[in-house]
Amino acid sequence: MAKTTGLPLAEARRRSAPRGALNQVNALIYLVLIVVGIISVIPFIWMLLTSIKDYGDVMSLRFWPWPPLGNSTPRFDNFAEAIRLIGVDRDTGLPMFFRHVLNTLLVTGIVVASSVATSVLAAYAFAQLQFPAKDVLFILVLATFMIPEELVLVPRAVMMNKNYLNWYNTIPAMVAPFLADAFGIFLIRQFFLQVPRELYDAARIDGAGHLRYLAMIMVPLAKPAIVTLALLEFIWTWNEFRWIQLVTASSNMRTVSVGLVGFLQTDGGSQTQLAMAVAVMVVLPIIILYLFTQRYFTEGITTTGLKG
Amino acid sequence: MRVSVRAPLRSQRQKAQAREALLAYVLLAPALLLFLAFTVFPIGFGLYISLHNWRLGPREFLGLGNYARALAFGSEFWPSLGATLTYSLLAVPIQISIALTLAYLLFQKIRGRALFRVVMFLPWVTSTVATSAVWARLYSPDIGLINSVLKSLGLAPLRWLLEDKGVFTLIATGLGISLPDWLRGPSLAMVSVVIYTTWVFVGYNMTLFLAGLGNIPSEMYEAARIDGADGWQLFRHITWPLLSPTTFFVVLITVIGTMKAFNHIWVMTQGENGTQTASILIYRQFYEFQRAGYASALALLLSLAILLVTIVQNRVAASRVHY
Repeated sequence: MAKTTGLPLAEARRRSAPRGALNQVNALIYLVLIVVGIISVIPFIWMLLTSIKDYGDVMSLRFWPWPPLGNSTPRFDNFAEAIRLIGVDRDTGLPMFFRHVLNTLLVTGIVVASSVATSVLAAYAFAQLQFPAKDVLFILVLATFMIPEELVLVPRAVMMNKNYLNWYNTIPAMVAPFLADAFGIFLIRQFFLQVPRELYDAARIDGAGHLRYLAMIMVPLAKPAIVTLALLEFIWTWNEFRWIQLVTASSNMRTVSVGLVGFLQTDGGSQTQLAMAVAVMVVLPIIILYLFTQRYFTEGITTTGLKG
Repeated sequence: MRVSVRAPLRSQRQKAQAREALLAYVLLAPALLLFLAFTVFPIGFGLYISLHNWRLGPREFLGLGNYARALAFGSEFWPSLGATLTYSLLAVPIQISIALTLAYLLFQKIRGRALFRVVMFLPWVTSTVATSAVWARLYSPDIGLINSVLKSLGLAPLRWLLEDKGVFTLIATGLGISLPDWLRGPSLAMVSVVIYTTWVFVGYNMTLFLAGLGNIPSEMYEAARIDGADGWQLFRHITWPLLSPTTFFVVLITVIGTMKAFNHIWVMTQGENGTQTASILIYRQFYEFQRAGYASALALLLSLAILLVTIVQNRVAASRVHY
C-alpha cells in the first residue's frame, strides 16, 4: 500500500516541486516498472536458457554457462532428446510429441470453430431479434457462465464413460464442454448491440433478410470481437489440462499441456533441461501468437471484463 | 371493409413475429442444446451421483451419506476448505494492491507504457501448466534460481514448495523465538503458490484497473486541483470512489478464481504441504480413488461456499461501491 499512497503525493509534488524532485519521482516510477517487467519475463528467459543447457550446468546453477562467461556450448539437441524420450506413437509411427501437437491442433480447431459459430448465432438472436422467453433464456446463459467448473466436472466425466455416451478417450469427449461458451455470447452480443438499428432497416429495404444481414453486415463489423474470441478460445483450449487429463487414458489421445505434465512425472522430473525444452515447445507458439495479436487480448478483456 | 383489411394485416404481422421467433430459436439452438447437455444436465446428474456410493462397480444409494462424511468432524473437507480460504485471503489482497499500484503508475505519463503492458500481461496468456513447471524449478531447494539469489545475497536458502512449516514459525525460528502451534501461519509452500499466482494474474488485473482509470473523467481531477486537493486527496476522494465498481469486479473475479484454482497447485505441489485446497481434494478423490459420489458431494459443498462468498461480497458492495 505504501506505493499506492506514495504516488499521488508524487503527483502533487510535480506541480510545485523543482525539476530535480520531479525527475527523481519519475525515475522511481520507471525503476518499479522495470523491476516488475523483469520479474514478468525472467521465468521465461530462465526456461529458454535452461532448455539449451547441459545437465551439469543445470546442476551447478550456472545462469549463463556459454561464452563469454563460460565455455559450454548451447545444446539445441535437448529438444530432439526430449522428443525422443516422450516416445513414439504406434498408430502413426510419428514421435508421440508430434501426435500431441496434432491432437492439440485438432481439439483447438474444433473448439474455436464451434464456440465462435454458436456464439455469433446466439448473440445475433439476443441482440437483434424479439421472441418469447428471451429474458429467461438470457438468464440461463448468464447462469451457465457463473457456475464453477468444479460443480460439473465429475458428472461430465462420468457421462463420458461406457455406460453413458461412451466417448471416453475420444476427441468428442475432449471438446464437448467447450463447444459453446457463454463468455463468447456476451462478447459478441455486446458488439452487435452497438450496431445502429438503422443499418438493419436499410438492409431490409435492399431486400436482405436476417441471415443475409448477419453474414454480410454484422459479422464483418464485429470482426475485432470475433478475432478476440477466437484467440482467447485458442489459448484457453491450448492450455487446458484438467479436463483432457480426466477423459483420456492413452498417451496418443493427449494434448501438449497434458503431455507436458506426464513428461514432468517421468524423464522430465530429473532432467530439468529436457523438461524446460518441452515447456518451451508448449509455450512458444502461444507467446508468438500473443505478441502479434496482443491488442485484441486487452481490448477483449476490457470490453467484457470477464473470465479470470 | 375496414375489418377485412385490418385482419389480414394483423395476421401478417403475427406471422412475421412468429417467423422472427422461430429464427431466433434456430439460431439459439446449438448453444442452448450444448449448455443443456454439458452444463445444466450435469448439475442434476452430479446431485444424483452425490447421493450414491458411485465407483466403477455396482453402486448403492447412500442418501446424504457422502455429505455426512464430508462434513464430519475430522474429515479432510474442513482442512481443504481452510486451505482454500487461506489461499484466497492471501492471494486476493496481494494481487489487487499490486495490480492497482501498477495500474496507477502506468496511468501516469509514462514512456513505453504499451511495452510494459504487453510484458506484464504475458504470464496470464501462457499455459499455467508450463509456467508452474518453470516456477517449481525456480523454487527448487537445490537447483533453483531463487535460492541461488538468496545465497548470493548472504541469506539462508529455503525449501519453498517442499516446506510445510508455517511462515510465522519460520520467521520466529529465525529470530530464535518458539511460537505456539496455532500461530504457525500458512505454510511456506502455500505462500510460494500465492507468489506464483500473483505473478500470473497481476498483469490481467492491472489491465482491468487501467480500463477503469481511463473511465474517470479528467475534469474531475482538474476541478479538485482547482479546489487545492493534493495528490493523496485526489486518490482518496476521486480515484478510489470512482474506481470502486472496477475494484469490486476485480475482487469478485479474483476471489472466485482463487476458490477454483487448480492447475498450478496440482503441478507445483499435488496438494502436499498444506496446499490441498478443496478443488485439489475433489480432483484427487475422483481421479485417484474413483470416488465419483463423494467427489460430487464435495464439489456441491464447494460451490455452495463460493455462492455464499459471492452473496456476502454483493452485500458489502451494495453499501460500499459508488456507481
